[in-house]
Amino acid sequence: MRGPTIIKAEDDKTRALNNHTLMAFSGEAGDTVQFAEYIQANIQLYTMRNDSELSTPAVGNFIRGELARSLRSRSPYTVNLLLGGVDPATEQPHLYWIDYLASLAPVPYAAHGYAQYYCLSLLDKHHNPNINLEEGMKLLEMCTDELKRRLPIDYKGVLVKVVTKDGVTEVPFDNDKVVRAA
Amino acid sequence: MSGYDRALSVFSPDGHVFQVEYAMEAVKRGTCAVGVKGKDIVVLGCEKRSALKLQDTRITPSKIAMVDDHVCLAFAGLNADARILIDKARLEAQSHRLTVEDPVTIEYITKHIASVQQRYTQSGGVRPFGISTLVVGFDKNDGTPRLYQTEPSGIYSAWKANAIGRSSKTVREFLERNHQEDMDREQTIQLTIKSLLEVVQTGAKNIEVAIMAPGQRVEMLPDDQIESYVKSIETEKQEEAAKKKTARGGTTTAAILTRPGGESAE
Repeated sequence: MRGPTIIKAEDDKTRALNNHTLMAFSGEAGDTVQFAEYIQANIQLYTMRNDSELSTPAVGNFIRGELARSLRSRSPYTVNLLLGGVDPATEQPHLYWIDYLASLAPVPYAAHGYAQYYCLSLLDKHHNPNINLEEGMKLLEMCTDELKRRLPIDYKGVLVKVVTKDGVTEVPFDNDKVVRAA
Repeated sequence: MSGYDRALSVFSPDGHVFQVEYAMEAVKRGTCAVGVKGKDIVVLGCEKRSALKLQDTRITPSKIAMVDDHVCLAFAGLNADARILIDKARLEAQSHRLTVEDPVTIEYITKHIASVQQRYTQSGGVRPFGISTLVVGFDKNDGTPRLYQTEPSGIYSAWKANAIGRSSKTVREFLERNHQEDMDREQTIQLTIKSLLEVVQTGAKNIEVAIMAPGQRVEMLPDDQIESYVKSIETEKQEEAAKKKTARGGTTTAAILTRPGGESAE
């Protein structure tokens, strides 16, 4: 179903930057993909040139630099990003919250856009530093349930990808679950 | 001095551009590189300059470089020139991905490399690249092995098997005698190493080998495996030589058996 507010519900708004780093984006429609693929190409070029993969913090700081440069240009990118990755050597997970004003913040959980006003309180309450994948998926479901209840537009669900030390995988997620108003 | 080799973009009266020919001379002085295509594999072999006693071999760059995940390049000639050219190729490979969302084809990137080399034979204030390259790999969703060569003049050509650099003529002639259609992995690797051994006296420690297969990343053959290939080739050669000796001993006269080295037959 398409309409004036939604063109494609299942659009994949992520790009894998390397084997163990994934970037999700939202913002101005044309800017997002253009910027994401520009970053993707540059990360891959760096990897080819130096024969070494960049860590997630390095990628994050590179992106911040590019956004800061863009912000001071005639036509800045309006892109908000979430950057997630696992360092294959240390198995340390990283998550960065990045916005179009070139803020970069390492965070334990994050959300962008209008949805964050509904999700962050849930995440504040239920997240803990030792959370595992199963609990994380449960918490994500709590968030999507909340969005189904309260988001003013027709909420179409989410695409879920998991980053581990072994790489990026898409995991199935039930978007058709009916949520009763509490 | 004829004066026709001062400026790059000047022809000599008989139609030569001397600087380009000198660049080709630089290639001939570079260490040897070999590329061989098999049925669904392509192999690059390089002669490695032996490291000095105090040199750290781990961080000394190799003559085989990746241009993209599916494109591998070996060169002969000036190492420093190669670095610049490889960098330009890598940039083009990623730029191509960004603009058309597809990885470059091997022919496209070869053509690009050759165009850059050609540009450096016709512009002011520059000198040609003193390198020839062998570009190998597989196109996306295609199992056909590709092998191309580029030269300082900007010529590029496709090959089943070829060699560039020092003694490349000897190696090429060896390949011409021994190359077969539809070789499997083992045969292709063997032919690559065997042809290199024609000109590399020092054996396994001065050879490096890269293997490309469809849809896979490059595989650099480990030193111990190269060593075992070299050993088996050497024993094979010795056996053949021994066989020849005995076969000849029965039928021919002693005069033929006498070798210039002074080694007598009986």
